[in-house]
Formats: sequence, C-alpha cells, structure tokens
Amino acid sequence: MNAPDQSPLTSNFSPSTSPLGYPTNLLAPGQTYESVNKTIADIPLKRAPGPWWVGFIIAFLLLMMFLVAVTWLFFKVVGIWGINIPVAWGFAIVNFVWWVGIAHAGTFISAILLLLFQPWRTAINRFTEAMTLFAVCCAGLMPLLHLGRPWVFYWLFPYPDTMRVWPQFRSPLVWDVFAVGTYFMISLLFWYLGLVPDLATVRDRAKKLWQKKMYAFFALGWRNSAAHWQRHQIAYLLLAGLATPLVLSVHSVVSFDFSVAIVPGWHSTIFPPYFVAGAIYSGFAMSLNIVIPVRKIYHLEHLITDRYLNNMANIMLVTGMIVAYGYFIEALMAWYSGDIFEIYMMINRAFGPYGWVFWTLMLCNVLVPQALWSARIRRNPVLLFIVALFINAGMWIERFVIVITSLHRDYPPAMWAMFYPTKWDWMTLFGSVGLFLTLQFLFIRFVPMISISETRELVAEPEKANTL
Amino acid sequence: MSETYGLLAEFSTPEALMHAAEEAYAAGFRRMDGYAPFPVERLPEALGKKNRLPLLVLIGGILGGGGAYFMEWYANAISYPINIGGRPINSWPSFIPITFELTVLCAGLTAFFASFALNGLPRPHHPLFSIPEFDRASQDRFFLCIETKDPKFHPEATRAFLQRLNPISIMEVPE
Repeated sequence: MNAPDQSPLTSNFSPSTSPLGYPTNLLAPGQTYESVNKTIADIPLKRAPGPWWVGFIIAFLLLMMFLVAVTWLFFKVVGIWGINIPVAWGFAIVNFVWWVGIAHAGTFISAILLLLFQPWRTAINRFTEAMTLFAVCCAGLMPLLHLGRPWVFYWLFPYPDTMRVWPQFRSPLVWDVFAVGTYFMISLLFWYLGLVPDLATVRDRAKKLWQKKMYAFFALGWRNSAAHWQRHQIAYLLLAGLATPLVLSVHSVVSFDFSVAIVPGWHSTIFPPYFVAGAIYSGFAMSLNIVIPVRKIYHLEHLITDRYLNNMANIMLVTGMIVAYGYFIEALMAWYSGDIFEIYMMINRAFGPYGWVFWTLMLCNVLVPQALWSARIRRNPVLLFIVALFINAGMWIERFVIVITSLHRDYPPAMWAMFYPTKWDWMTLFGSVGLFLTLQFLFIRFVPMISISETRELVAEPEKANTL
Repeated sequence: MSETYGLLAEFSTPEALMHAAEEAYAAGFRRMDGYAPFPVERLPEALGKKNRLPLLVLIGGILGGGGAYFMEWYANAISYPINIGGRPINSWPSFIPITFELTVLCAGLTAFFASFALNGLPRPHHPLFSIPEFDRASQDRFFLCIETKDPKFHPEATRAFLQRLNPISIMEVPE
C-alpha cells in the first residue's frame, strides 16, 4: 500500500525552448509527485553532502570573525572604525542599505510574482524568502552596531518610560525602525506560513523518531484538510498583497534617511524609485549567487530549470537599466539645478579622490550587466554567476559612493575630510556575509528548500508549467 | 458509534477526489473534509466550506493603522510636543509612513494567527494520524473523510456510497 507511485502523471510536454530560443520548461519532463517529494523532502532527512560542509565551515569561520569584530566594537565603541566628522556614516550604513536591498528580491519573487500569477516563482520562492529573512537580520544589526550604545536600542520603540519622552515620529530614522521591523516580521510569517505544509510532508516521510518529532512540532499538526488549505491559501494571498506595498515602502523609507537630509548628493526626489529598483537588482543577483551553486550541488536542475535563471537574468537586466537611468538623472539634475554644491558634488564624485570607486561602480553595475542581453549568457550558469557577483559588488560600491562621497565634501571646505576604512570595518562587512551564509547553510540543511506543495501543483497541471 | 471518527476513502488523483466531494455533497453529507497534498481548486467550495478570514484581516489592518496614528499624535502632539522646524504639531504627512507600516504589520499578524486559530492548529494529534496510509495525504494521495457525527452517517450505507465512487481503499478511522 505504501509503495511509491512511480507512474509518470505528466505526459504532454511542449518543446523545451520557445521560438526565440528561450527555455520554457519550469519542470523537467517525467516528474511525478513521488519524485518531487523524494528530491526535496529527503535532503533535510539525509546526511549533508561534502560541499555543504566545506561551505558551512567557511561561513562559520567568517561568522566567528564577525563575533570578534563586534566584541571589540562593544569594548572600544565606534572609534575603531574609520568614521569621523564629516563622514559619520561609514561602512555600517553602507552595509545596512546593501543588505536591506538584497532582502527585496525575496519579497519580489514570493509576493509580487504570486499576485501576477507567474508560475516561475515556484522553485525559487522558498530560497529567496529565506534569503530575505537572513539579509534583514544582517541589515538590522548594522544600525544597532553603529549606535555607540547598542544596549539602549529599545529607546527607539514607543513605550511609556520613566524619562517621559517619546520617539520623534517625524524622523525618517524612526520610520526606518518600523519599516525594517515590520518587514522582518511579515517576511518571517510569510515564509513560515508557506513552510508548514512542507514540514508536514517531511514529518510524514521521516523514519527516525527524533526527526519525526522535530518536524511534527514545527508542522503544528497540519493534516492537509481542504478547509485548512482554503484558509491557508487566503492568508497566503493576503500576506502577499500586504507584502507588495511593504517591499516598495521599505527601501523608499531607507532612501528617505538620505533624501530628507540637505547634504548635496542625497537631497533628491529620484531616490525612492531608484533605491527600490537597485534593491531588486542586487537581490536577484544574490539569489543567483545562491541558487546556481545549490542547484549544482544538490542536482536540482530538473526542478530549478534554465527558465528560472533566464527569467531572473531578465529582471536583473530591466532593474539594472532603471538603476543606470538613476545614475544619469542624478548627474543631469546636479547640472540642471545650477547649484554650485550639487555640481561640485557630481564632479568630485567622478573625478575626486574617490573617482576610481565611482568608475568601478559604472563598470560593475552598468557595463558588465549589458552581457545579459545575450541569451547564451543568460542560459550559462557559470557566466551568469560571475555577472551576478559583479552586480553584488557593484551595488555595495553604489552605497559606498552615495554615503561617503556625499559626506566627505559637503559645504565648507574647512570641514572636508577623507574616510579610510579600518580592518574592523572590513571584518564587520565580511563577517556579516558569514552570518548570512551560516544561516543560509543551516536553512538548506534542515528545511525543505523548495516549496514541495507548489511543485506538486506544477506536476498536477503540466500545462501551467510549460507555457510562456 | 462513539469509537469511530469516520470513514476515509483514498483516491489517486485530484479529479477523483473532486468528483467524490461533489457526489457526497449532493448526497447530503456535510460533516466531511477532503485531504490533498496541495490546494485543489474549488474543492473547499464543493465540500461547502466557507471562511471569514478576509474580514478579520481588514479589521486587524484598520485597528493597526488607527492605533498607529493615534500613538504618533498622542506622543508627539499631546504627551510631549516638540517643535521640529516650525512644522505643525500634528504634522500628519510625517506620521503616514509609520501608520502604513503598522497597518501592514497588524493585518499580517491577523492573517497569520487567525488562519491557524480558525484551523484549530496547532493540534499535535488527530484521529486521522492513526491511519498509516494517511501519511500519503501530504505526499501523493487524495482522501475524503465522512465523519460519524454527520446526521446522514450510517456505517454500512455510507461505506456502500463511498464504494460506488471507486476509491483505491476505504478505511475506518478510530476515534
């Protein structure tokens, strides 16, 4: 009775490429419910493969470096960083904006593509939602570390305290607390809500008692009832609808941290849309940097097909063009404003002491991504991985350019100064990458990394999976 | 009859389950539920299931947004008024971002917790879990369970009814 059902349920597949040569399959031919269950649900139940251990150990060592950097920071306070006056916002804020941006692709894929009925989110939404959570963790830490007295971070929350003062709700920095906090909570709920039925699948497939108990605990007694599925689907759709404006608001609020200030190079109305596009751009790049190796190591090419990579590359190309337009408008508006400080900021940004950083940014974010026009590169995982690495680096550099070059020469030349990062700055940056990757590796190890129930839906409706 | 929870029929495709659900509803059964490894479209409606989750989420969102604006207004205009750049004390445009964020947060929390609460979850044990075959409800099989609490339930007649739907198997679920 319990023998796995091996008969292929799917038969009529359309050809695997469209007339224009794009891959069309979301699922390789011949998949059954059982093959999908086995591929995804058995990964957390079996021993981890060798490459997982190598990756996890490297990530964990980086995390330990983060621990050292943070401990020394708490001991000595922010003076160990390269920040000064006028460059009071250094790496911590650059890292914060970078990580929040990376988080955005997860919500874009899981919420916006769900509302738009795009089936090509199925195999990657779980990954990228996890990526969102972990990136928001890294992001949230950065302003806290920058506080100087991080142990009183709770002063940011409105509560009736003995000092009888309240947060100043007109400040974008307070908006940020609410925006990032809400974003983390909603991402967590959305991720867990989608995960519960899959945890039930893992529970029902587990053989060892401790595994069965662990997954049963987190599956909350899910029993696949039609009435439960109905509420689950509605809750999921409503959360997607709520997360969609939220994701646009979060990076807009982050950009207000800059654009509400009167610093030349920050005080600009282009910031919210251009920050959101940049966020999705870097988030898709980070998703590709994770999905491509994981797909290879766990042999998931039949579930995460080339069509996913192709579509993600297309999104990067579009958002990359919006970002490039943002750079152009920034320069144009600086010139058009006729404002001496704005014009000087732009000239200094491109040809001043940090000019080489600006041109590296143009290389990484504008020039290299043009390779994505080629369908051959979009379908080649190795080249796509390299392009995505350039974009990730480029988006970090973009935030460096915005934060540092604007601050270091603002109004009176007597106030000008250079910012040089110290080793503690670098250790915090790469250490936070360690935190992100450690969490990501643990996620891959213990949680079904692709939505099993949604993939089963694709098996049941092959025509949905294979049309453009 | 108190020691039996219901009769469980097993099917191999979502279409068969859908057909069985329609037949059972037409035959007058109401205390029943379908079980499938993914949400089968229109199955809950065929079984006569309704839900009021969207209304709760709307209420959650309104309370969140209203509460947020009230909090900001009370804190910055009544309890501890501060003049920031000569702006009005109740400067509503600057209060909008947090009002929006907390609307989303409260609506989202309501959607999450209310969906589980209305489902009666978490519930670690359920009579159906004592059926070994039921493990496949989360994997590749489709089930229809007619409960003994249904007024139309009759041990033999209901079994004969389910048999006509051509299931793979019929199992009795102990309480």
